[in-house]
Amino acid sequence: MGERIVRFYRRSEAARGLLLLSPTMAIMLAALAAPMVLLALYSFWTQDGYTVNTQATLAQYATSLGRPTYRALFYRSIEISAVVTLITVLLAYPMAYFVAFRVEKTKFVWLILLTIPFWTSYLLRVFAWKLILGYNGVINSGLMSLGLIHQPLEFLLYNPTAVVLTLAHAWAAFAILPIYVSLEKIDRSLLDAAADLGDGPVRRFLRVTLPLSLPGVIGAAVLIFVPTTGDYVTPSLVGGSGGVMIANVIEEQFDKVGNWPLGAALAMASMAAVGVVTFLFVAAMRAASARLR
Amino acid sequence: MKNRRGGLLLYAIFYLAFLYVPVAFLPLFSFNKSVFIAFPLSGFTTQWYAQMFDDADMLRALGNSLEVGAITATLSTVLGLLAAKALTRYRVPGATALLGFTSLPLFIPDIVLGISILILLNAVGVPLSLVTVIAGHCLICVPFAITVLMSRFDGFDKSLEEASLDLGEGGWMTFWRVTFPLALPGIVSSLLLTFIVSFDEFLIAYFLAGNEATLPIYIWGQLRFPEKLPAVLALGALILVASAVLVVIAEWVRSHGFKDRHRMIGA
Repeated sequence: MGERIVRFYRRSEAARGLLLLSPTMAIMLAALAAPMVLLALYSFWTQDGYTVNTQATLAQYATSLGRPTYRALFYRSIEISAVVTLITVLLAYPMAYFVAFRVEKTKFVWLILLTIPFWTSYLLRVFAWKLILGYNGVINSGLMSLGLIHQPLEFLLYNPTAVVLTLAHAWAAFAILPIYVSLEKIDRSLLDAAADLGDGPVRRFLRVTLPLSLPGVIGAAVLIFVPTTGDYVTPSLVGGSGGVMIANVIEEQFDKVGNWPLGAALAMASMAAVGVVTFLFVAAMRAASARLR
Repeated sequence: MKNRRGGLLLYAIFYLAFLYVPVAFLPLFSFNKSVFIAFPLSGFTTQWYAQMFDDADMLRALGNSLEVGAITATLSTVLGLLAAKALTRYRVPGATALLGFTSLPLFIPDIVLGISILILLNAVGVPLSLVTVIAGHCLICVPFAITVLMSRFDGFDKSLEEASLDLGEGGWMTFWRVTFPLALPGIVSSLLLTFIVSFDEFLIAYFLAGNEATLPIYIWGQLRFPEKLPAVLALGALILVASAVLVVIAEWVRSHGFKDRHRMIGA
């Protein structure tokens, strides 16, 4: 029996590949799949003092979706992330286009410069904006010492706009890479062909470059939209009470409030909402790109 | 044509400024004498750096973060190496789905990853510690390790490994003498990048660390105290510079490799 397994292993490429993959998959199952399943189970349970009542109920979902404050937070989180995604992708596209089509020898340097922020401390990049926008912050103290204003501007920090600005900055690098990769992959002879056939630069961009780069745009949008809806650090530091997002109330359930099932239901509901919005967005973009061609 | 290039270049420069200028205020004010983070600057000092290095809690958190980062980097790079080798060298059924599964953590908000692991640990009865932080960090680092290492494996010829096997070397010797040296730039790059991701990660560690603090958790705790901010800025400035230097090294190694070593093996 043992010998047969050994022989099968030697012979079968798929089996060897799967064996090599098994430790990674085991970790992913233990640290990703199992926790997710448990999160889903928790969302159907009830907190009972310090213990959890495992009688299945939809009560947590009723609270998550029924309470107006939570509903408002879902809408606001999705709205903020959608605006952030739009701004980030729009700003990143010309930048990625520049590196893909206009830079020749120094592509590597540009790409490193653009990706450094992606790898460095998210917490500190967000915190930098608190310093900049604060009541006694960089902008206010700068303008006052220049004599341009006499009172600090209070509308800068602690509102949804501050959250949008900070997130658009913090996630900028995420948009560049997918768009750059899809632009770089475009066969340059297609552009020449379009030019030879009489398309001007604008028409050529709209009919060849843009449609071919849409997979990168969609990828960038999803990669930004999905995680930012659940961002905790940014709304906590620069959002104030008007900029609270869904992650803040989820955190509360697991910390101060101690109602894990409700926190789990809020997390599941927000992932479902984000999933639906993402699915509709991708479908709409696909349809639009089919029409563009 | 020339004009269009100029316009885009100008845009690119503004874009880089947008990325870097806000962050540059951290080091700028870390050298400012006043305890208030505000203009006008009131003179040069390094006292905040000295104050920071005198802080025992900070040093302990730094030690924790270095430990967690080093172990996470090693584990996730080994896991990434196995997965990358399997996905690029063998025809594995459902490879696309498996690769998609491993990159899933990139598409799930950190807060959800954090609370779901917290629930599991609680259900199984595992106490929170730096070990549980490492588990959480491996989850988000493995996708990066796989991506970096797969691009490295795709970049060199499978036939080199086959030649070694044909010439009679066993599987392990082939791995150590051919695969490993060729993949080494990818491995170094993966170690550095996963280390940085772990070292800088806040939210998952916040849920899983229990009573211990990593450096980002320590920083988070300091942000409430205005008088501590200058020292936090000094620490933040050092972290940003160190992270940036490691990224540059990692990316450099990844794309340029160790040329001499290649030649040695190619010969």
